[in-house]
Amino acid sequence: MTSTTSGPEGSGPTELTGLTASELAAKITAGEVSAEEVTRAHLDRIEAVEPDVHAFLHVNGQEALEAARRADEDRANGRAASPLAGVPLALKDVFTTTDMPTTCGSRMLEDWTPPYDSTVAGRLREAGVVILGKTNMDEFAMGSSTENSAFGPTHNPWDLERVPGGSGGGSSAALAAFEAPLAIGTDTGGSIRQPAAVTGTVGVKPTYGGVSRYGLVAFSSSLDQAGPCGRTVLDAAMLHEVIAGHDRMDSTSIDAPVPQVTAAAREGAAGDLRGMRVGVVREFAGEGYQRGVLDSFNAAVDTLTSLGAEVVEVSCPHFEYALGAYYLIAPSECSSNLARFDAMRYGLRVGDDGEHNTEEVMSLTREQGFGAEVKRRIMLGTYALSSGYYDAYYGQAQKVRTLISRDFASAFEQVDVLVSPTTPTTAFRIGERADDPMAMYLADLCTIPSNLAGNASMSVPSGVSAEDGLPVGLQIMAPAMADDRLYRVGAAYETARDAASGSSLVDRIPQLEVAR
Amino acid sequence: MTAVAEIMDYDEVLRNFDPVLGLEVHVELSTATKMFCGCANEFGAEPNTRVCPVCLGMPGALPVVNGTAVESAIRIGLALNCQVAEWCRFARKNYFYPDMPKNFQTSQYDEPIVFDGHLDVVLDDGETFRVGIERAHMEEDTGKSSHVGGAAGRIHGAEHSLLDYNRAGVPLIEIVTKPITDAGERAPEVARAYVTALRDLLRSMGVSDVRMDQGSLRCDANVSLTPKGSTRFGTRTETKNVNSFRSIERAVRFEMRRHAALLNEGAEIVQETRHFDESSGETSSGRRKEEAEDYRYFPEPDLVPIAPSRDWVEQLRGTLPEMPWERRRRAQEQWELSDEELRDLVNAGALDLIAATVDAGASPSEARSWWVAYLTQRANERGGELASLPITPEQVARVIELVNEGKLTHKLARQVVDGVLDGRGGPDEVIAADELEVVSDDSSLQAAVDEALAAQPDAAEKIRGGKVQAAGAIVGAVMKATQGQADAKRVRELVLAACGQQ
Ligand SMILES: [Zn+2]
Repeated sequence: MTSTTSGPEGSGPTELTGLTASELAAKITAGEVSAEEVTRAHLDRIEAVEPDVHAFLHVNGQEALEAARRADEDRANGRAASPLAGVPLALKDVFTTTDMPTTCGSRMLEDWTPPYDSTVAGRLREAGVVILGKTNMDEFAMGSSTENSAFGPTHNPWDLERVPGGSGGGSSAALAAFEAPLAIGTDTGGSIRQPAAVTGTVGVKPTYGGVSRYGLVAFSSSLDQAGPCGRTVLDAAMLHEVIAGHDRMDSTSIDAPVPQVTAAAREGAAGDLRGMRVGVVREFAGEGYQRGVLDSFNAAVDTLTSLGAEVVEVSCPHFEYALGAYYLIAPSECSSNLARFDAMRYGLRVGDDGEHNTEEVMSLTREQGFGAEVKRRIMLGTYALSSGYYDAYYGQAQKVRTLISRDFASAFEQVDVLVSPTTPTTAFRIGERADDPMAMYLADLCTIPSNLAGNASMSVPSGVSAEDGLPVGLQIMAPAMADDRLYRVGAAYETARDAASGSSLVDRIPQLEVAR
Repeated sequence: MTAVAEIMDYDEVLRNFDPVLGLEVHVELSTATKMFCGCANEFGAEPNTRVCPVCLGMPGALPVVNGTAVESAIRIGLALNCQVAEWCRFARKNYFYPDMPKNFQTSQYDEPIVFDGHLDVVLDDGETFRVGIERAHMEEDTGKSSHVGGAAGRIHGAEHSLLDYNRAGVPLIEIVTKPITDAGERAPEVARAYVTALRDLLRSMGVSDVRMDQGSLRCDANVSLTPKGSTRFGTRTETKNVNSFRSIERAVRFEMRRHAALLNEGAEIVQETRHFDESSGETSSGRRKEEAEDYRYFPEPDLVPIAPSRDWVEQLRGTLPEMPWERRRRAQEQWELSDEELRDLVNAGALDLIAATVDAGASPSEARSWWVAYLTQRANERGGELASLPITPEQVARVIELVNEGKLTHKLARQVVDGVLDGRGGPDEVIAADELEVVSDDSSLQAAVDEALAAQPDAAEKIRGGKVQAAGAIVGAVMKATQGQADAKRVRELVLAACGQQ
């Protein structure tokens, strides 16, 4: 593995790949640059850094360039599909796409190209967003490091020896490596926010039901939520508005107007948080939290205060049970959701040689098609749902879930948003926690409560940790359907953070030296 | 457990045991689309042509509940005197089977949409027996496997299997009775009468085709025996593959006799699924339930709960049609039937068909005559039930109408009905295709009459002389010339007119 340097002689992002999505959108709209040029620049960047980063599982340059040319044509004819038309994006490989495989990071679906587009992919295409390719992930979104991908880990652009978080490490690494200005992730227990935190990017888990799950290959149906990722809060907001909104194909999608998140981000950028009540979650601090993470968090809280926010401490006593409840509910649902991978209709088939009967083919396929973590969770879930254990495990976990929702409800009676560190530590080394599932699970300690309650949550970079110079994330949590508050607070904080440090955080990402 | 069990004489069974019955009936709803997707709900299409990512269980696909199916479930519940849940959910029933695309069935578990009702069924002697309804719930059907090679289409020994997912996701209602403990010797008859009554009810509601032969009505019969004087239920068996009303009765009777023989020897009943063999009238051991199966039910997270408002429920109650038993009472009065005549019509499965034919405009006597005579004969020839004949009451009423209008003779009418039964379209289509309509065009008839009169001058002379009965020979000749397609009455009028007798 090559090392990184941050000198100007490194092969850093070009003029175009260094821009944010909103900047690119403005240039494309003004005709200063074509979507095709922008796409080409990103494809070149991908080619240059992928050997080091491995953020992508598939790149479809031809399709991307065609989509870019269509966006250019539309603009020339005065009918740009959306404000983000022509801007490139990296899509997590858990969304079905008809023009590329959808593997979910698993051998099970290695060669599977779906016969239908997910609603998210469809909305991106309708908006003229250029899908560059599909990003790496922990197998079936189970993991916090992207090491559980069957196709090899993704490397954190801040330090290639470290993980980019997970499960959506591919999407956040693609952003941090300037391979794409926008990305889509999914968040079941923190899979958008934790990778965002450890790569110094912005990731949002919208309100459950805010973005359609149709075509999102399910891990845990009652927790999974698709969301936007970007290098800035405004970019995430613009993407949020493209993908959000009711979908009649998803019964759990909310039939209500999408919160005005772009307007909220622009309003927040003015840097005035007077009247905003911010609650600091008392339970998310102390043992297990890296010193630099806590320091960064406390500094962020001070910044919020300086912006006029009224900061109070809030207790959420049941949050300590969230991790346990999560590791019953998510595996239970996953054991059922992943039952369909049985070699009958699609995907891998092992042992179909005339020597094995149907049940044996199913078993062999599942034995060889699933990785260790997926099997672990299927077994956990199968056990938790078994008769005689259901009440003690799944039933009890659902009660905890209700209590956590109540904690949020009573907290949101006192404050408008809650804040905490996104994850207790900065990026860990590849392999460091691979044999210690509990240590791995703890990475999602702070993010899981929002999944269990279904409310909206964001991770925004809060600088770097003093010990290791690695990025830290500030988590902002808002009530369901109040996603706009995340963007207002997040954008205000982001502006103040960059003003205080004298430069944008993304400008401090080490520039990757290209091996060739 | 494959050896043919000894069976006990039926009377002896009853001297020693009381039977306990439980009936589970699966009904496929005749909604336009499937339970959770927009695919057409059709029987008999080319395999795997009525499928989509949702009903194939593709990764990422999600279900959306069919509102009409929920409506049907509530209406069925109301017709069965059930309570309607204020709030209920779907649940996942997890087990692996190749014809189940997701390897779980989206069903309902401890929160059924309707529960606690009853159905009064009329037995052969006219007595009424009340069957308690435990619950009815919504679920989706599975696909269909066919096993190639090996014996009798069973999976064991098959070389390979073919899967057709057209049926996967078809809406099903499962109706479960409370244990039927007081039927005694009439248990087999009660089982048949219950399923028959349920079929009549569902058909009158228009919610299902209720065709046992096509699988849109399926019955599993649970049977156990309690020794006389005991209150504990014995071990039960569940007999599947029961494809006709008569088979239900036979299967229950056989299982009672088999259980009794085993219990009498001190042997244990194995809790298992049994298959009914239509030809032998016996059951054989199927899947053995050594341990209670663990389906790991949990609430379906991809669907939202259903909370039918009380207003909606009452509105649906208002849409219930006349119930079959009400219709029977009314038919008996209006058609002036004796109890015996009524029972014969009911047992022949003709009453509702006749009533529907009357509703479609025919007179009761004509409708009865068609269904009880000609159509019953055709059904017997085909070895099926009257209701399974591929002709509708509306079509029969249309044929009757055409006869009354003089456009069909009775002979032609039977040809038209045969055409419909052969699947050649409705009555008017068959008539058009075969040019069966009575020749009523006077000019062509007139020519035939003139020709016949010219050919038989003697007869013509007699008629002119007032011997009107001689017209028969001329009419006969004309009918022969027109190959029976003329209206004999009209021909006679023309003959008499031509001879100056009118
Ligand atoms: Zn379908």
